[in-house]
Amino acid sequence: MDMPVKKKKLGLKEKYALMTRDLGWEPSYEKHEDVFPLINYEGLKIHDWEKWEDPFRLTMDSYWKYQSEKERKLYAIIDAYNQNNGHLNVTDARYINAMKVFLSAVPSLEYNAHRGFARLGRHMAGVGPQVACQMQAIDELRHAQTQIHALSNYNRFYNGFHDWKHMNDRLWYLSVPKSFFEDACTSGPFEFIIAISFSFEYVLTNLVFVPFVSGAAYNGDMGTMTFGFSAQSDEARHMTLGLEVIKFMLEQDPANLPIVQKWIDKWTWRGVRLLTIVAMMMDYMLPKRVMSWKEAWEIYFEENGMSLFKDLARYGVKVPDCVEQIKKEKNHISHQAWTTFYAAAPMTNFHTWVPSDEELDWLSEKYPETFDQYYRPRFEFFREQAEKGERFVNPNLPQLCQVCQIPMLFTEPDEPTQTAYRQSEHKGEKYHFCSDHCQHIFDDEPEKYVEAWLPVHQIMQGNCFAEGADPTSPDFNPIASVLDWWHIENGRDNGDFAGSEDEKNFAQWRGMATSNN
Amino acid sequence: MSVRSIRPFEPVVKDAAENFHGMQVVYLCWDKHLMFYAPIAKMLPPTLTFGQLIDAEITPAYSRHPDFAKIDWSAVQWSKDGEAFTPALDKSLRENGITHKTAIHFNTPGLNGINGSGF
Repeated sequence: MDMPVKKKKLGLKEKYALMTRDLGWEPSYEKHEDVFPLINYEGLKIHDWEKWEDPFRLTMDSYWKYQSEKERKLYAIIDAYNQNNGHLNVTDARYINAMKVFLSAVPSLEYNAHRGFARLGRHMAGVGPQVACQMQAIDELRHAQTQIHALSNYNRFYNGFHDWKHMNDRLWYLSVPKSFFEDACTSGPFEFIIAISFSFEYVLTNLVFVPFVSGAAYNGDMGTMTFGFSAQSDEARHMTLGLEVIKFMLEQDPANLPIVQKWIDKWTWRGVRLLTIVAMMMDYMLPKRVMSWKEAWEIYFEENGMSLFKDLARYGVKVPDCVEQIKKEKNHISHQAWTTFYAAAPMTNFHTWVPSDEELDWLSEKYPETFDQYYRPRFEFFREQAEKGERFVNPNLPQLCQVCQIPMLFTEPDEPTQTAYRQSEHKGEKYHFCSDHCQHIFDDEPEKYVEAWLPVHQIMQGNCFAEGADPTSPDFNPIASVLDWWHIENGRDNGDFAGSEDEKNFAQWRGMATSNN
Repeated sequence: MSVRSIRPFEPVVKDAAENFHGMQVVYLCWDKHLMFYAPIAKMLPPTLTFGQLIDAEITPAYSRHPDFAKIDWSAVQWSKDGEAFTPALDKSLRENGITHKTAIHFNTPGLNGINGSGF
């Protein structure tokens, strides 16, 4: 009689090896470089792919189990939030404008991160990185989905959310995050992973998902808080992966150091420029503030981020030069960004306002070195003009930086009253930049950035008018036509919060929820 | 080598002068007046005179600022792509050496924004 043999249960390590390393066969009838055509052209030297360890050794079966449980909890909270009209519990309807910015910009970033990591899962030549990248590709796709679902809680009630994907491709300020990711996705696989696993995860999402999402919680937005913290538990894994990747590249060959350093320098700066808008959201768009942008920056970058560089110092990695400039700019960028959006109000998909006296005092307290001297007078002027019925609007289109695509609103690091501008020439054409660091990025790869789709120039070239519009007709209104092409309804989706439909509806609905009237 | 690509790559210069229908892009910046948050971009005919640039473009762009009416135009300091220059008012942009994507900055001595705050 045969005895049934009890199958031996595999240990985690064994299981991971079986579920991954068996995929790593050497091709016999195709050349290795034909199977993996993208791994040499960036100039990195990799001698032993086996040395790349996935720090988490997560296998697909445990991934699905773990994530589906997390997702069930997330959707339970989002549904409850939705059914209880949670949007009426936020501190103040001005807050919802921060969500408009977030949800117009971020799901597309997550989706592109998914695309990028799916590509890497195919093109990295080692099994460890292939599996880790595939896993991250799924994470990013889930993040895009949960954010889109969170968005649906708002877009039924408030203006400006109705066509976020369309706007992401077209609206001037959204070209900033979009071009960041297009720059990464058109890089080779190693630069991509530095751009995203290092810059996007360490520098960016850390500051978005921790202090900003705490701000969401503080302002009563449980839906955003829940997806933010759910995403953050994946981000911690992504950050660890990013660090492993950098170490792997540096350990493989000493010749890799200058290449890796150049990418770290570039993407630290690219990430920081993108954070300008988060700075503005934290200092101006959260009615109840958790901490100032400056404080968040000091904790999450100057302290946490710098410990990462200490860890990398033994490989010869230096702190990027741009960090000096960033230290100076932390006192300025949120104010410069908000005054820009205030003055550009007709061109946005959200509302703006002049901070209240109490808010101005909070800003003075948080920014004692700069606010009263440089920024309070701006808001006092804006308020005075608005009270006279002459709300200030800048009637002009701005010059944009060729690399980060942000209007050239930044000032010289040591002279906050002087616009910073840099210029390079390439093949007889002039190019303009907001900073030394954007200029260096261009000068290193000018052929890449001459292709930048700068919204202001595209408008001028006539590529951004509504379908069927006739720019030669006598009553053609170019601004109205561009707003139409963006799908922005003038006077409803943009302009002042005071007097907006959003303000009116929120007050009325909250009144109905809290009283008998 | 500045191009890193897996196959030959011919970049398309998105903002080449010929894409602007005979016009050219000119950037203008009134230094120390950040009310307008960034230098501005204008699409202008190269035959426009510098005098017309001031009257028809700079004036409507910046007249909202309380300093604007106080500008002494004979004292204004101009720069072109970072180099000081003296424009000839009756000459065209092209004759003044202002080509596609030239950045013109101007400084108005004594006028440095509201309460001298650069705004």
